[in-house]
Parts: sequence; structure tokens; C-alpha cells
Amino acid sequence: MIYDMKPEDIIGEYKEVTLQLYRSIARKILYTEIETPYPDGKLIVSTTDPDGVITHVNQSFIDMSGYMEEELVGAPHSILRHPDMPPAAFKDLWDTVKKGEKWQGFVKNLRKDGGYYWVKATVIPNVRNGKVVGYTSVRRKPSRTKVEECIKLYPTLF
Amino acid sequence: MAFMFTVSPDFTPDHLSGWYIFNTWLQKQTGEGIHLEMYDDFNSQRQAIKDDKVDLIYANPFDAAMLVREKGFLPLVKADGTADEAIIAVNADNKVEDVAHLSPGVKVAYTDDPDVKMMGMIMLEPGDLDATNIVPVISDTYVLVAKHLLKGEADVGIFLAEAYDDLSSVIKKQLRILVRSQISVIHHALMIGPNLQHKREEIQQMLLNMNNEDKGQGVLKSLGFSGWGKVDDEEMEFMIDLMDTLVM
Repeated sequence: MIYDMKPEDIIGEYKEVTLQLYRSIARKILYTEIETPYPDGKLIVSTTDPDGVITHVNQSFIDMSGYMEEELVGAPHSILRHPDMPPAAFKDLWDTVKKGEKWQGFVKNLRKDGGYYWVKATVIPNVRNGKVVGYTSVRRKPSRTKVEECIKLYPTLF
Repeated sequence: MAFMFTVSPDFTPDHLSGWYIFNTWLQKQTGEGIHLEMYDDFNSQRQAIKDDKVDLIYANPFDAAMLVREKGFLPLVKADGTADEAIIAVNADNKVEDVAHLSPGVKVAYTDDPDVKMMGMIMLEPGDLDATNIVPVISDTYVLVAKHLLKGEADVGIFLAEAYDDLSSVIKKQLRILVRSQISVIHHALMIGPNLQHKREEIQQMLLNMNNEDKGQGVLKSLGFSGWGKVDDEEMEFMIDLMDTLVM
């Protein structure tokens, strides 16, 4: 399940927007301009089922997203979708992994408290006995140069 | 005909004799002839794997993918409480405080340990560094990586965290850690090849029980392990998938 964001969870001044997520889910997003730096030396890891519903998260995922594990497992991965991310990026991601290939890109993720963090994300299909049973997504610390490029590029892709 | 057992060449040299003791214990327990063959480098070990000479291997995570996907190996166990982590370190006198402040052309010392090099290169990415814009200083051992830093022959060193921690305090005082990975889920594993797989469950059970008996405990101590933990197929597949996301 995925719920609208609640004002009591937000830290700092926020803006409000409604995002249309995958499978026509509409979600009210409350977001701030507060960035949480990516922690050195860590990897954020999650797995989803073939529909993008989270089946596993590691502690770094929990720490950086601000959600509890029980709020994340069973929720669509788009719980992290930030309004500044162009839908074209996620279409490219899904088109790529559905072909059985690895996708890599720079992503601005939304935290439960309305803040954000940048990651370099890699997503691969999990193939078991010749069948895709889900996807693994691993994020690592991005280069600031690449993030600055994305900050300029992404608004032009809407 | 004896089966062949080998250990990833990145094992801690202090425990070389431990692997021979372990192999003797394993032969007694299984009643099988098992020959332990230690290779000095990754290339010669990979050639032996390619030639289907290996039946049992304490494999590094990088090779585990190839062993499962191309050679039909299955996981048995991993050492309890251990994970492969890497460290990026510089000479203590180096002014650089953050990987992001390093520049292309930087001299990076590392060994041919594939998963440690991979983790290290990932930790250099925030500095816009990759294989195309660093100057590699290939070193045979982690002690030599440290020496290259001390002599100013390299700016940055990539270490297996365990090897860095084992350096003498005199050396460590002259070095400084920029980043220590905290990945937790990448680990070596003892794996079994197709010719021995009929004994998989039996061997796995023996290994899991090892720390419950006196002799077993002594053998584990000589390896520097407290015990073995089971690795099931899905855990291994998950680690391989994770490694796949990191290899670019």
C-alpha cells in the first residue's frame, strides 16, 4: 500500500503536489529543499517483485528513506518517487530491465520527512530458472559533478 | 581419485597452515581423499576452475558468480560474522580529507583481489575517478600497497579492511582512512562443485556442527573463524545479483 504524505511527518517548509504513479496510483507529495548527504562507504539495497512492490530493504535503505521496514515491505518502490524526477527516467528504467538488461542512472529520492537524497542507482532483473522473479536495486554515493548535471538536465525532460 | 580443494588467493597468509589443518579434518570426517592446492594468484586458480580441476573452493564473492552460473557450483557455508569490506587510505600527510577532492591522474595502489578492487573503485566514484583516469600501481600484497603510500609512490591505496586492520601500528600511524565500506552482505563462501554434490548435505551438516566439538573448534581457531553459517541457494543468488549491479 502507498499513502498520501502527512504534514506531521514533514520536517521544514514544504510544497505540495499530486503525483501520478505507476498503475494510476495518485499520491499527495509534500516535499522540502532539505538534502540528506549520501553516507560514505554504504550501499542502499532493495529487492522488489516483478510489479515493483518492495520485498526486502537493508538498514541503509531504512535509514536514508526515513521509513520503518514494515512501512516499506509491501509498498510500491515509487514510495521514493520525487516530483523533480522526470517520468521518462523511470520509463527508461522499466523498458531496460524488462528486456532483461541492467539499468543505471542518477536518481533524486524522496524521504518520508519530505527531504531528498541523490543516489547512483543500478537495477537488475533477478532471473531464477530462466524466469524474472523480481528486481534488485543497489544505490551508491554519486559524484557531485554528475548530480549537478542531472539537476540541470532533468527539468528539461518533463 | 582425490577431489581437489582450493582457497581464494586473497586469504590471510597468517592462516595458511589453518587451511591444511582444515583439509585434514575434512578428509577424516568425509572419508574422501581431498587434495588441497593453494594458488599464488587469481589467474592460475581461474585456469584450474576453467579446466574443471576444482571440486571444493573457499571462493571470493567475485568468483562465486562464475562458479554458480558457469560451473554449476553450489554454496555450503560462510564464516560466521565475516564480510568483505574495503578501505580507501592515504598517507597521513596527505591534505585530502574527502574522496571527492581527489583529481584525475591520481596514483592508486591496489592488489589483484577482484572484489576489493571493485569495492574500492566504487568508493572512488564520488571523486569522478574510474579505471580510465587513474594511474594504477599494481601491488602483490596489501603490505606493499601500504609501502607505496608511505614512499609517496601512490596517492591512494585500496585495502581489504581486514588486511588494513592487521597492518602494524607503526604503519597505520602513518596512514589515514578516507572511507571504510559498510556493505555487510558481500562475503567469501565455501562452495562445492558438481563431482562432490552428492555429499553436499552431509558436508554442510559437518561444517555447521564443527564448533560443537573440541577438535572442530581447534580447526576453526586455526582458520581464524568462530564457526560456519549456512548459505542457501537463494542467499548466494542474491549476492551474485548484488555483485552484478556493482560490476560495470
